[in-house]
Amino acid sequence: MDLLEKLTILADAAKYDAACTSSGVRRGYQEGKIGSTSSSMAGCCHSFSADGRCITLLKVLLSNDCCYNCKYCVNRCTNDTPRATFTPEELAELTIGFFRRNYIEGLFLSSGVLRSPDYTTELMIRALSILRNAYRFNGYIHAKAIPGTSPELIEQLGLLADRLSVNIELPSEAGLKTLAPNKTKQSILRPMTQIRDRGVQNRQELVKYRHAPKFAPAGQSTQLIVGATPDNDLHILNLTQSLYDQYRLKRVFYSAYVPVVENTLLPALDTKPPLLREHRLYQADWLLRFYGFRAHELLDESAPDFDPLLDPKCCWAVRHPEFFPVEVNRADYEALLRVPGIGVVSARRILVARRTGPLHADELKKLGVVMKRAQYFLTCSGQLATPLRLSQGGILSSLMAVERSALPASQMEQLSLFDQVG
Amino acid sequence: MAWREIIYEYDGSFDGFLCCIYESYTQKERPTAILCDGDDEPGLFEIRAVLTDRAHAKRVYRSFFKISPDVGSFLRRVFLTCMDDKEMAMYRFIVKLYRDGAPLLTRLSDETYHPLLRAVRQLSGEAEALRGFIRFSELSGVLGAEIEPKNRILPMLRKHFCDRYHNESFFIYDRTHREALLYANGVSRIVPLAQFEMAPPDEHEANYRRLWRRFYDTIAIRERENHKLRMTHMPKRYWNTMTEFQKEDDFIPRSQGSVEAAPAPCVPAATPAPEKPTGCAPSAPA
Repeated sequence: MDLLEKLTILADAAKYDAACTSSGVRRGYQEGKIGSTSSSMAGCCHSFSADGRCITLLKVLLSNDCCYNCKYCVNRCTNDTPRATFTPEELAELTIGFFRRNYIEGLFLSSGVLRSPDYTTELMIRALSILRNAYRFNGYIHAKAIPGTSPELIEQLGLLADRLSVNIELPSEAGLKTLAPNKTKQSILRPMTQIRDRGVQNRQELVKYRHAPKFAPAGQSTQLIVGATPDNDLHILNLTQSLYDQYRLKRVFYSAYVPVVENTLLPALDTKPPLLREHRLYQADWLLRFYGFRAHELLDESAPDFDPLLDPKCCWAVRHPEFFPVEVNRADYEALLRVPGIGVVSARRILVARRTGPLHADELKKLGVVMKRAQYFLTCSGQLATPLRLSQGGILSSLMAVERSALPASQMEQLSLFDQVG
Repeated sequence: MAWREIIYEYDGSFDGFLCCIYESYTQKERPTAILCDGDDEPGLFEIRAVLTDRAHAKRVYRSFFKISPDVGSFLRRVFLTCMDDKEMAMYRFIVKLYRDGAPLLTRLSDETYHPLLRAVRQLSGEAEALRGFIRFSELSGVLGAEIEPKNRILPMLRKHFCDRYHNESFFIYDRTHREALLYANGVSRIVPLAQFEMAPPDEHEANYRRLWRRFYDTIAIRERENHKLRMTHMPKRYWNTMTEFQKEDDFIPRSQGSVEAAPAPCVPAATPAPEKPTGCAPSAPA
């Protein structure tokens, strides 16, 4: 099998992994090594595929010859699909060749479970150490830790990679039991705990010894599949929050379930991936990480799912009229962040700009505030930003009108068709 | 008329522009326009050529430093942008800056400051995008790339690529502004280069291009196709120089004897290899 064919099979098998970031680590050039990691903390996107997702790493599996039988997965052992395995040399050569041409920022290495988790991880470690030590590769490496791998091997993997991730895949234990019978909650959480604790320990080592080997300096992330199991958004968001709080994850990725295999336990093959739901979850994820929101503020038992017509921040704002209006010239950073239409950047700009004089409503647009949303929630020196005084329902409908243009048209049609049939 | 209507003409370099500021303040006059040497704009007013004097430029630059340590490098970046009539916009900003001092720099919505901020934001955005979207080709050990940016982006890319390809030799050719960033042996240089044609790929290079295009086509999930989203993140004006979207014959290796595109396979013709390090300031084509 030639390299082109192998790459096709193994990239195709890896494409459902949502994580493709090169963020969280900044490493300059080192004498005698190839490359550096991106000069910006946020990483670097090298291309965008036809589905609009960023391509920053060479995302491939080491092997798709998997012995597990997870029902949602294309690579499960009972699925009839071509199998391939990279040799470490091929993989290293390919990574370096792509990296030098500025196609990629580094390597994202995952793998199907070949024989056993330990055996697979050993292969991955061999591939990565050839890349790091023989080819002297200094770029970004993201490696998957396979649930069930022994701690010694994860330790070695972490010393070679910049970021590790353990995929949770299904957001509940019941889901795991039915759809991924070879994985358990325990086997997933054990490596996550290990990576977290080792990271904390490593930071202490680095304070004492500047040249101590770095263990996964860009932290760890995980991925959840949305829409394969009946779990609601509240459950997923609570899980996300506890992952951020307890496991110190850098990112939680959501992947709208794309039906690839027929199974009675799974949604039908012609189900469209729940892209809008995934989008809402990402919006809420940002609110948790950068805007100081907590999961229970965004969703509760009475409304356990996100509104498809309005983003989570607007929803929160409409439900909490007592918090508004916010006075632009006095409010603190945290309060400004809660206003729909004001983001992290524009809130910071407001803080800078108001130091030399009071801000007026017409200046806010220049600072990057989205006035279509923010106007209902702001006052500038006591004056409402909009001349209209709307009721809560009025605000709600005008916000929805703003949002409508951004929603995918087909999604809207689909809903109404469905309603008529059902 | 309160003052003489005058038009300044300078050599197109940042130092030259600073000398226009110097001229304006020493002669106590306000220019109505500041033109670059090349622009031929018939005007009613007197045109004066301002000579570039490094000492004068330095003095003006130091005066910025007294107001704020960042404003000098900010103006340098504004000078790289493709903003319309940037010289006059910068001139008006500098006049206001001398008058109001550092507090002007926090008035982000000020009508003379805000357009400059916006232009610089666009410049940084383009630099950020191109850091990812530049595609190099390897021929005889040298990496080469071509870009078509709106702004004069090469100085913004210099540090990133010199770090990334520390042990390599590479060049980036800017088709829009006809200049090239050359790097070899730890030394980089930006030189004007009127004409340049990239040599066709050899077997090895064509092979990598094919591999990359296959990877690019495979990694997209068909069920999630969203061309609008892709275009938002990666506007079409970048596609022209990206391997993913190249025409079929860019993937066909050709022997170098049969094609007479460039004398040397990859290195830009008639440019000396960089010898001495230049300062951080990119000087314009001399």
